[in-house]
Amino acid sequence: MNAPPKPTQFEQPASFDFTDENLDRAKAHIAKYPAGRQASAVLPLLDLAQRQHGGWLPRAAMDRVAEMLEMAPIRVYEVATFYTMFNLRPVGRYLLQACTTTPCWLRGSEQVVSTCEGKLNIGVGGTTPDGLFTLVEVECVGACVNAPVLQVNDDFYEDLDGPATEVLLDALRAGNVPPPGSAIGRHGSEPIGGRRTLTE
Amino acid sequence: MLADSDRIFTNLYGQRDWQLEGARGRGDWDATKELIFKGRDWIVEQVKESGLRGRGGAGFPTGLKWSFMPKESDRPAYLVVNADESEPGTCKDRDILRNEPHKLIEGCLLASAAMGVHHCYIYIRGEFYNEAQRLQAAIDEAYDAKLLGENACGSGYDFELHLHRGAGAYICGEETGLLESLEGRKGQPRLKPPFPAQVGLYGCPSTVNNVETIAVVPAILRRGAAWFAGIGRPRNTGTKIYCLSGHVNTPCNVEEEMSIPLKELIERHGGGVRGGWDNLLAVIPGGSSVPVLPKSICETVLMDFDSLQAVKSALGTAAVIVMDKSTDIVKAIARLSKFYKHESCGQCTPCREGLGWVWRVMERMVAGNASVAEIDTLLDVSYEIEGHTICALADGAAWPVQGLIRHFRPEMERRIGEYRSAAVRQRQAA
Repeated sequence: MNAPPKPTQFEQPASFDFTDENLDRAKAHIAKYPAGRQASAVLPLLDLAQRQHGGWLPRAAMDRVAEMLEMAPIRVYEVATFYTMFNLRPVGRYLLQACTTTPCWLRGSEQVVSTCEGKLNIGVGGTTPDGLFTLVEVECVGACVNAPVLQVNDDFYEDLDGPATEVLLDALRAGNVPPPGSAIGRHGSEPIGGRRTLTE
Repeated sequence: MLADSDRIFTNLYGQRDWQLEGARGRGDWDATKELIFKGRDWIVEQVKESGLRGRGGAGFPTGLKWSFMPKESDRPAYLVVNADESEPGTCKDRDILRNEPHKLIEGCLLASAAMGVHHCYIYIRGEFYNEAQRLQAAIDEAYDAKLLGENACGSGYDFELHLHRGAGAYICGEETGLLESLEGRKGQPRLKPPFPAQVGLYGCPSTVNNVETIAVVPAILRRGAAWFAGIGRPRNTGTKIYCLSGHVNTPCNVEEEMSIPLKELIERHGGGVRGGWDNLLAVIPGGSSVPVLPKSICETVLMDFDSLQAVKSALGTAAVIVMDKSTDIVKAIARLSKFYKHESCGQCTPCREGLGWVWRVMERMVAGNASVAEIDTLLDVSYEIEGHTICALADGAAWPVQGLIRHFRPEMERRIGEYRSAAVRQRQAA
């Protein structure tokens, strides 16, 4: 089992700036809020920065966001450390977020986690040596009727079991990101076997 | 059973077009202008008469909440829609956001008109990235069609609607935690009073409503308060989206009438309990925060506010988590304790320190590595935590444990006895 990398094991870039495209997006976010309330855009800007920086948020990016929003840097650090979706250290190309809260646990999330661990030879919190996968446990992602759920980056893979998780990991490793949704062909949240309501 | 013709969310499963054209075909945005012309008092009155109660968990009467907004104010006012759906077991708003976005958007406009609000934010949980993309696309369509913005729907009413994504924090589903987060801070709830209707977003009068609450408003105004009030029971009216998860044969979301018997809901829509009704152990009827119910109560209880309160549980978000007899019930609840410990914002000592303690004791209870007297200590501490914090997160963490002890104390005692005798046997053998 690999322990998560310690803060000393990766380098913080010296500086960060948004690309022109992302700068435009950032400005569009800031414009959603009243004048003087630009701090409201801190979550969207940190998210933009993280996406631009390969899935994690270096300190230089937080400082840049603080500067843009005229916030004290500590206020931005506070936010970045409070919300679970900000990664303060590098993560793999595929961030595997296994939901293990009770509704997913009842439907077999332990198999999803153990399949990931076994197949990738990493523990929860670990990253594969090739930098492809990071596995984390997350709390309820809000797709409980399609449990168990594995969120990969932005996409939800639902109705999983051990073998389906294996198929998913193989596809990801081969660079084929499968369409998100149910592994057993369910449409959205309708019952297995088809709709019993809204049939008219 | 609710007739399809009485269902509001006719594209719940995303089987049809979610975009503007498809939504119009299902009756959305039909003469919205005329509804706005009837005036704010009329809208509030209709919503009051419909008996609509908030769908986010607390069940506060929506029309009454709206009437708390000041009629005259020199400050702007805000409607904030809570799409931070994170209560374990709950995934109903997700279906509205991705499959019926126009019902929500139209509801935002009508609710805002009812409160004299011109600015609305929808706060969606960060994990719902694809749902946010779709909702944003629907908002853009609505702007392009002049349904939003200046002179929305040609009504003369100006209305701005923006989407704001969260970044992973259950506590932002608490209304004042949400407002803090929307202002760019950690989502730590505020002391009330002052209530958001006086001092909310940016210090201005604000109302925070759940997605489902807002999304049913256009249907109520079009079909009439009496129609909505005629479904369910008095004080528990209307339709409701239920989420059926856990050990049912066919987990799903379904829109049904309020007050449907829990057993009928599980049998008809969940395809029954895995292994048959007699294999049922327990049900958490309204999302993880509400106390668990044993099978005996599940036989007869109705899925509504009053019926579930009478059996010391709650309707909450109407997320039904079913557990069959194979379930380690202590572990199921202990996992929820871990959830609340993880999600505590850390502001109030009873929650920050207490929930970690509760979780650690619960983990020992799973193994039986405890004394019988500790069950009462656990119960006692849960009462000390409940009601002694700024927000209701700690209450929601205490209730599942209280429910477990209320209904499954013999199982907890059995484990403790078993653990002890195993320890003694081991010592004898040594």
